[in-house]
Amino acid sequence: MEQFIQPINLIGPSLLVPLLPLLGFILLTFFGKQLKTFGPWIASLLVLGSFVLSVYIFSSLGNENNLDYDLFTWLRWGDVSLNFGILIDPLSLIMLLVVTGIGFLIHLYSIGYMHHDEGFVRFFAYLNLFIFFMLLLVMGNSYLVMFIGWEGVGLCSYLLIGFWFTNDAYNDAAKKAFIMNRIGDLGFLLGMFLMLFYLGGLDYATVLGSASSMEKGAPILVAITLLMFVGAMGKSAQIPLYTWLPDAMAGPTPVSALIHAATMVTAGIYMIVRSNILYSLAPFTLEIVMWVGVATSLFAAIIGIKQNDIKKVLAYSTVSQLGLMFAALGLGAYTSGMFHVVTHAFFKALLFLGAGSVIHAMGGEQDMRRMGGLWKYIRLTAITFLIGTLAISGIFPFAGFFSKDEILAAAFHHKIVWVLLSVSSMITAFYMFRLFFLTFFTTFRGTEEEKHHLHESPWTMTLPLAVLALFAIGAGFLGMPSVMHMPHWFNGFLAPVVETSKTILGESHHVDHSTEIMLMLVATALAISSIVIAYVFYISKKSIPESDEETKGFAKWVSNKFYIDELYDRVIVKPVMVLSDIFHVVVDKLIIDLFVNASAWMVGFTGRTLRLVQTGNTGFYIFVMVIAMMVLLLIQLVQ
Amino acid sequence: MLSLLLLLIPLTFSIVIWFTKGMVSRAAALVGTIIQLAFTAYCYNVFLEAGNKPFEYIYQMAVKPNLVFHFSMDGISMLMVLLTNLLLPLIVLAGFSRYTDKANVFYSLMLLMQMALNGVFISFDAFGYYIFWELALIPIYFIAFIWGGQDRAAVTLKFFIYTLAGSLLMLFGFIYLYTYSPQNSLDWEVLRANPICSCEQGWIFWMLFAAFAIKIPIVPFHTWQPDTYKTAPTQGTMLLSGIMLKMGTYSLIRWLLPIVPDGFKEWQYVAITLSVIGVVYASVIAIMQRDIKKLLAYSSIAHVGLISAGVFTMSRVGLQGSLVQMFAHGVNVVGLFFCAEIIMNRTGSNQVEGIGGIRKIAPRFAGWFLVIVLASVALPLTNGFVGEFMLLYSVYGYNTWLSVFAGLTIILGAVYMFRMYQKVVLGEPMLENMQFEDLKWNEQLVLGIIGILIFALGVYPEPIFELTEPVLKTLTP
Repeated sequence: MEQFIQPINLIGPSLLVPLLPLLGFILLTFFGKQLKTFGPWIASLLVLGSFVLSVYIFSSLGNENNLDYDLFTWLRWGDVSLNFGILIDPLSLIMLLVVTGIGFLIHLYSIGYMHHDEGFVRFFAYLNLFIFFMLLLVMGNSYLVMFIGWEGVGLCSYLLIGFWFTNDAYNDAAKKAFIMNRIGDLGFLLGMFLMLFYLGGLDYATVLGSASSMEKGAPILVAITLLMFVGAMGKSAQIPLYTWLPDAMAGPTPVSALIHAATMVTAGIYMIVRSNILYSLAPFTLEIVMWVGVATSLFAAIIGIKQNDIKKVLAYSTVSQLGLMFAALGLGAYTSGMFHVVTHAFFKALLFLGAGSVIHAMGGEQDMRRMGGLWKYIRLTAITFLIGTLAISGIFPFAGFFSKDEILAAAFHHKIVWVLLSVSSMITAFYMFRLFFLTFFTTFRGTEEEKHHLHESPWTMTLPLAVLALFAIGAGFLGMPSVMHMPHWFNGFLAPVVETSKTILGESHHVDHSTEIMLMLVATALAISSIVIAYVFYISKKSIPESDEETKGFAKWVSNKFYIDELYDRVIVKPVMVLSDIFHVVVDKLIIDLFVNASAWMVGFTGRTLRLVQTGNTGFYIFVMVIAMMVLLLIQLVQ
Repeated sequence: MLSLLLLLIPLTFSIVIWFTKGMVSRAAALVGTIIQLAFTAYCYNVFLEAGNKPFEYIYQMAVKPNLVFHFSMDGISMLMVLLTNLLLPLIVLAGFSRYTDKANVFYSLMLLMQMALNGVFISFDAFGYYIFWELALIPIYFIAFIWGGQDRAAVTLKFFIYTLAGSLLMLFGFIYLYTYSPQNSLDWEVLRANPICSCEQGWIFWMLFAAFAIKIPIVPFHTWQPDTYKTAPTQGTMLLSGIMLKMGTYSLIRWLLPIVPDGFKEWQYVAITLSVIGVVYASVIAIMQRDIKKLLAYSSIAHVGLISAGVFTMSRVGLQGSLVQMFAHGVNVVGLFFCAEIIMNRTGSNQVEGIGGIRKIAPRFAGWFLVIVLASVALPLTNGFVGEFMLLYSVYGYNTWLSVFAGLTIILGAVYMFRMYQKVVLGEPMLENMQFEDLKWNEQLVLGIIGILIFALGVYPEPIFELTEPVLKTLTP
């Protein structure tokens, strides 16, 4: 171990990275009133500080060195001790940069977006707390520390979805998110128990070390990876635990951008990439991950077609894109999945913030049927939004093109998966341009009052849009396909993380250059045809989605999200509630208490009965005595 | 001598308070409990440095039967004494914002209770232990009976008779042990060193278990508990749920496990299954509870069910986890009942449905309440997580499927707690002209201290491990 010199002098900065936002949370919570409007600026600057530190660590660490150290023992019993420690390696560095970078931009954006809100300061306190937990999640050196962040971001998600807490529908959405995540967390927890029991620890070094000595497909590894994947399903909104994410749009739009698109929901992908050795050793789980991803990607994309709330469309598109990432992981293309996490973080944050800017301009309206023609009123928002839309649709040279192409290329050897993912991407291009055309083109369909109110957002909001737009254009060049004869920086940077997996999985299915070009052309053709269809529908024909009552047949099923929420309600929620009452009224009050009261009654009855014997009548006593003596005599005789 | 002082300080104050009046009574109670807390802190330091020697006290009775009063101290006892004497000032302080009728009697009983609880935790002979165990029942019975709410006569009677019946079985078990154990002694160390024939440990296990299971309570011996928690005045409920039920879980570790180890092993599977069923059963019931205090009562059954399950695994992690969780649960449940009390006082309603909107009017209260709710649903970095993680892991070590079942608690706990929090605290106010004064100084102080404890032990539980590890080494292989 001696040859790996620990860059000790980075420990301080690396600790500050999560501590700065935590400090912000504490300051804003306890001194929010005194800080007044400075509070949000302080919060934003602290996150900027974390970002700068992350860049510093990034530049001084590179991808050859890791920073791995324990701070203190958190839990211990017998010979087991579970430490609280930090690990910074290429994978966490990427996440650090994304979280703090986009985090800062969204903080800045929120200063403009939220400044009318009476919970202005509270909002930033929660955002800072979120950043803190998210950083713990990606910086921990063990699954236990990851779990702290994992549950912590769930809490922040709860707090921010239910940010406007006087609205009970929002509170329901918040509660739903937390509980669905908890279902996943149980899987995570049990996965940790198995690791602790069979692999001898929870820190990555121990777990991955002992796993690599096990044979491929060992049942215990399959069990562990499946359980952990249940956790990922909850956090990253995969079938069947995805229904909380669309509801989570109840939160303020910057929250949707930061938590429910760019960072928190990708935690599941981060977790799997972090445990890539485990997953590579459990091919069965990889298969499951792939199919869940494909199914989610397609299913959510279909629902996306019939949504009319601008944020709901983006929400389903997030679910769909996350599915795409899981499909990539399931194919063993860990770095491609991670690459899509990064590009998606940029363009989806951009899209959500753009939607926020639209909603801001519309004075709170979110229904696309009441928008239209916004291009000329909010030009900057519209242009950046177009960039985001092109990026998510996978048009060259926008970021989404590169990462999506990589995933599709990895899927090519698995023809059905490739077809399904291509279809899903095609649908994505369609509904995204449907969204774009309905919102920004043809004529304005809102009220006069709304029209009067239309305005471009302040600089704190447009600056983040512009910066994110630049990344949505440029981030793809971090990972150029081999056909372009340029270095794939991203894969190179992450190479140390997935090295072992590469050898476990064997030769990956490399497509040759001509196939790759063919694949790109097919994908682009599909995307462009989708755009054309959307254009015909929503611009040439100027059709506007019908009102909810008029929707019929299959379309009604789609727009009602296939009634999955209703199904869960009938099959799980209601029965549990009934069971609760049955347990309380029947089992507790009737059955158990019956025994308790019966024993009390027995005592009373015995007392009452025996009392009758004590009559005080001497004749009776003598009579009983004689009888008893006779009985005793009889017994003697018989024996 | 230190042991005796731990008993004498509350006893003295209990007597003194009886002769005071009104406001002075509770002030005196606060002073008394704080002195006791300070003394406990001193004891803690002494214990860390010098071990149990300064606490040893044996009083041998001159006549037959051969009975002793033996007080001593070890890590587990120290932890429970710390918990008791830490919570008492908070419980007294919680009463500062309301008027209590006959305050001198109330607080005098409370301090008497404190003495009895301390006695239970430092007794190392079954005779003294039993006396304190029963003594603790008397003040809490009167507190619940005199200051209680609806149906208090029936409810407290059921509580009293039920727990007394259990205790009598335990007494019978101890008498049997005394008579038939080789040494004719009830001293803990003697009993432990000379266990009775393992053929008889089975039924003695059940004798003792009955008393503890009722006190904890483990399902199905729990039906006295929700009504009692609801009816008792909230400070009484805090005593019951925060400390008194820990007498049961403490006794599992102190008496049941070391004295009848073979019986323990023999019936382990029944006890652990009952405990785990109780966890899920009580959690499910809590979901639809209409009464706030009863909801908390059922949630408490679920939590202590997991604690006893951990003890019954007989593993190091289970015992360690149960000790951490006993402390954490004590702190958290007192906080939860205090919040319930504040809500009920201010709004006049004890229903989950139909309040709402508190956060809008009293954000500080809502914030602290949320912190305690989070600790109760075992969010990492709160004290609730440390214990729950270890306990669930210990159940996992015993049986995989049982741990999956017990693990449902993390989902169900979130369901009932967040449902309650949402209905009561969030949303728009549903009561007409709702007034809800934000935290008063004493409430702020109590909740603040509880909040600090929640995070301090959640981030750094090491002191508890340090304190209890040496004892646990002797209890488990």
